[in-house]
Amino acid sequence: MAGADGDDSLYPIAVLIDELRNEDVQLRLNSIKKLSTIALALGVERTRTELLPFLTDTIYDEDEVLLALAEQLGNFTMLVGGPEYVHCLLPPLESLATVEETVVRDKAVESLRKISQEHSPVDLEVHFEPLVKRLASGDWFTSRTSACGLFSVCYPRVSSTVKAEIRQHFRTLCADDTPMVRRAAASKLGEFSKVLELDYLKSDIISLFTALASDEQDSVRLLAVEACVSIATLLPQEDLETLVMPTLRQAAEDKSWRVRYMVADKFSELQKAVGPEITKNDLVPAFQNLLKDCEAEVRAAAANKVKEFCENLPEDSREQIIMTHILPCVKELVSDTNQHVKSALASVIMGLSTILGKDNTIEHLLPLFLAQLKDECPEVRLNIISNLDCVNEVIGIRQLSQSLLPAIVELAEDAKWRVRLAIIEYMPLLAGQLGVEFFDEKLNTLCMAWLIDHVYAIREAATCNLMKLVEKFGAEWAQNTIVPKVLGMANDPNYLHRMTTLFCINALSEACGQDITTKQMLPVVLKMSTDQVANVRFNVAKSLQKIGPVLDSNALQTEVKPVLEKLATDTDMDVKYFAQEAISVLALA
Amino acid sequence: MKCFSRYLPYLFRPPSTILSSTCHTEADIISTVEFNSSGELLATGDKGGRVVVFQREQESKSQPQRRGEYNVYSTFQSHEPEFDYLKSLEIEEKINKIKWLPQQNAAYFLLSTNDKTVKLWKISERDKRPEGYNLKDDDGRIRDPSTITSLRVPVLQPMDLMVEATARRVFSNAHTYHINSISVNSDLQTYISTDDLRVNLWNLEITDRSFNIVDIKPANMEELTEVITSAEFHPQQCNTFAYSSSKGSIRLCDMREAALCDKHCKYFEEPEDPSTRSFFSEIISSISDVKFSHNGRYLMTRDYLTVKVWDLQMENKPLETYQVHDYLRGKLCSLYENDCIFDKFECVWNGSDSVIMTGSYNNFFRMFDRNTKRDVTLEASRENSKPRAILKPRKVCVGGKRRKDEISVDSLDFSKKILHTTWHPHENIIAVAATNNLYIFQDKVN
Repeated sequence: MAGADGDDSLYPIAVLIDELRNEDVQLRLNSIKKLSTIALALGVERTRTELLPFLTDTIYDEDEVLLALAEQLGNFTMLVGGPEYVHCLLPPLESLATVEETVVRDKAVESLRKISQEHSPVDLEVHFEPLVKRLASGDWFTSRTSACGLFSVCYPRVSSTVKAEIRQHFRTLCADDTPMVRRAAASKLGEFSKVLELDYLKSDIISLFTALASDEQDSVRLLAVEACVSIATLLPQEDLETLVMPTLRQAAEDKSWRVRYMVADKFSELQKAVGPEITKNDLVPAFQNLLKDCEAEVRAAAANKVKEFCENLPEDSREQIIMTHILPCVKELVSDTNQHVKSALASVIMGLSTILGKDNTIEHLLPLFLAQLKDECPEVRLNIISNLDCVNEVIGIRQLSQSLLPAIVELAEDAKWRVRLAIIEYMPLLAGQLGVEFFDEKLNTLCMAWLIDHVYAIREAATCNLMKLVEKFGAEWAQNTIVPKVLGMANDPNYLHRMTTLFCINALSEACGQDITTKQMLPVVLKMSTDQVANVRFNVAKSLQKIGPVLDSNALQTEVKPVLEKLATDTDMDVKYFAQEAISVLALA
Repeated sequence: MKCFSRYLPYLFRPPSTILSSTCHTEADIISTVEFNSSGELLATGDKGGRVVVFQREQESKSQPQRRGEYNVYSTFQSHEPEFDYLKSLEIEEKINKIKWLPQQNAAYFLLSTNDKTVKLWKISERDKRPEGYNLKDDDGRIRDPSTITSLRVPVLQPMDLMVEATARRVFSNAHTYHINSISVNSDLQTYISTDDLRVNLWNLEITDRSFNIVDIKPANMEELTEVITSAEFHPQQCNTFAYSSSKGSIRLCDMREAALCDKHCKYFEEPEDPSTRSFFSEIISSISDVKFSHNGRYLMTRDYLTVKVWDLQMENKPLETYQVHDYLRGKLCSLYENDCIFDKFECVWNGSDSVIMTGSYNNFFRMFDRNTKRDVTLEASRENSKPRAILKPRKVCVGGKRRKDEISVDSLDFSKKILHTTWHPHENIIAVAATNNLYIFQDKVN
């Protein structure tokens, strides 16, 4: 035992143990996180007989301490003496599984699930299963909700009599008085179905599923929708119609918008689970209804699924279904009154062009894209622009460019700087798709205008954008179009604009290469070292440090060094500091 | 002498418990009182931001008459005075409402709110404490590290029961106006908080966001004609809630139809009687409290002079109207001058929805039996509190000759008002807050 080693090794452990109940939460938390160290020092026997009983009763602590404890115990098997003794971990985890804080309970259940795998089949029936039963019939709903998550891990490994008991417990919890327990049972229904034998699935689960799906509480019904996906996947195709579909149809038309929202949100999964035939007959009309739902939240959720739904339609009838059933609804959504619905649609609608092909895209989708590019809500326009690549592949971007340009210009000048920022981020992508000529003609001025935006974040994004453009179009293009304009700003009366020149140079020097940097940029930077504003001067020092590696040693020694040395004697202490830093980084001292 | 059992089936004894602070300051005025769902606990909130929780004594065979005494279980400071620097506003610590959550484990939970912030409190017991240190010996002296030759794991030892209150969640920054009510949904997952113009929906586990479900704020505040005075969830239907307005109407909303409940599904209002119209009509029709009956069939509302019971199936007029203190109708002018006309009286149902109770002035409170249509006025006072006696009904006389035992309208004390009362969910035990005193009455034993 560790005790024989003497004070040196014992002292830190003694501190850790004492700090398990220090008044400072942080210290307690540290101790709990090092629980394995404590257990190792105590040895497996004392861990089992002293440490674990103590921990079982310390459930009064702060949530974060309990959370850490619940997590630690999941990895404790070896520290209590291996799988043979793993059941010793059950009492502390059982008490953690009944606390009121959901995250702690969930973590305790997670750890219980983990250590259940380390139980031998006998131990599982002797120790683990009774714990599940105790939790399932506990007085408080907290323990009963925790039980719901444990059925599926022990069910496959116990005898058939115990299995029958577990099924009975699950049935009871599905009809519990408190909505919390029914919610927990509903959310574990899918998981439990997966470990159940098919016969019991049909005889037990379906009736529970039907009951939960028509629960009086909206919050229970909506969880049944999720279970629907797993159950439908498990059942043979021929049973779906009678066992699952009535409930699903009912859910899609539920009085509560939250349930319908859940159906819309899970639509792709449902579609895959029920297969092509039912999709054609049932889901298509249901999806149409969701797209036309009176609640905007539901429409938005459904609109988000338009592309995925269309993609997963059976190939033989895909185009016909989209053209006759889905597209008319989509057309209506383009002019929806709610902007969230429109922007949800805008984020996926471009994806339809790859599914429908060139001719349909030009005839049916293009007018919609154009309408959305003119939408009053900037988010809608942004979503269209950000997905241009899908259309580009199918019909080429030229078809759109007429409308694209005004849309871009408008977003570029939007009053909200976050909108301007978003469009800047798409510039390199757009430039790549539109080509250099179109860019020079129409967009270049915008990119330069952003450099003198009054919001710093925009100016910063604009410099970064220039760098990406140069990477795309090459150094020669930069030399002709960008560099002269950037350098021209060095003489601007506003010092913020002069600083932008320096930031641009920082970003561009590497992409432009040594030649342009030495011949065109360096003279400008050096000249700015005599600027009357200190902020500009110390940014000169920072810029020199940044572009130094691009320059040759001759330029460094003859041009950069004297200037930095002069700045190092500046009256301003920041200028001095950055000049000295540059000198040492560039090794010019 | 008339026995008041003629009026009501319930006989209330004089206060078995009067709980009051010895020094009477503004901060001690009780601002809300609420039983929990089992009736074992009773909480009060006061103007000083404190919450006091009382626990019912366990039944003991030796002293059957002492059954049901409520003793202080826990006292804690729920809210502190604050200052909103952005708006230059003082935020009072006064507890506006307390709502209990159903019990979920050995601890108890309640929501308390002041004008701006709702807090979720946990009240729990602790009866063990760890003993045995490695670095200290049992007398608390620090041990020399070099003498430590073995490790000690602390052991939990029993100790005196300690009741702790801890703030588990703080729901803030969602209300621009003053919160007047909070209500927990039957799904036990969400609750609403209501201010003058908006109703917000919260998840009990999430503090950083809430959803606005009703907003009656007009684009131009000068067009404001109506404010929300109270709101409550239906006891069983998770999708239904009702809110009352300063114009005397109640709206019932269905959360299933849309995420925003600006459109109500039912609108309860009684057309005004033109013959009684006066300058004060609008003020006295303002609803100060709305409560669903336990069975969820009825709504009760309190305005300045009456309590009304509405059937959820009948929107055009109340099912029953009870006069609380009609004798004040002639005194509205002076009540307006001393601001009493703006007092917000609350109302409560008994456990079986057959009797309703609400407060009045002069420490009087009223009960109405809905089946027999009898009513009674009782007084919360320390006087003539002979044990096991029966509370005497009081009478207010209007003009004319004053009979013995009657009190004249002009001698009513308007500074003694009973605004907040609560009724035990299953038994005939009531708690009545009269300024800084809490009176707990219960019906006759045996």
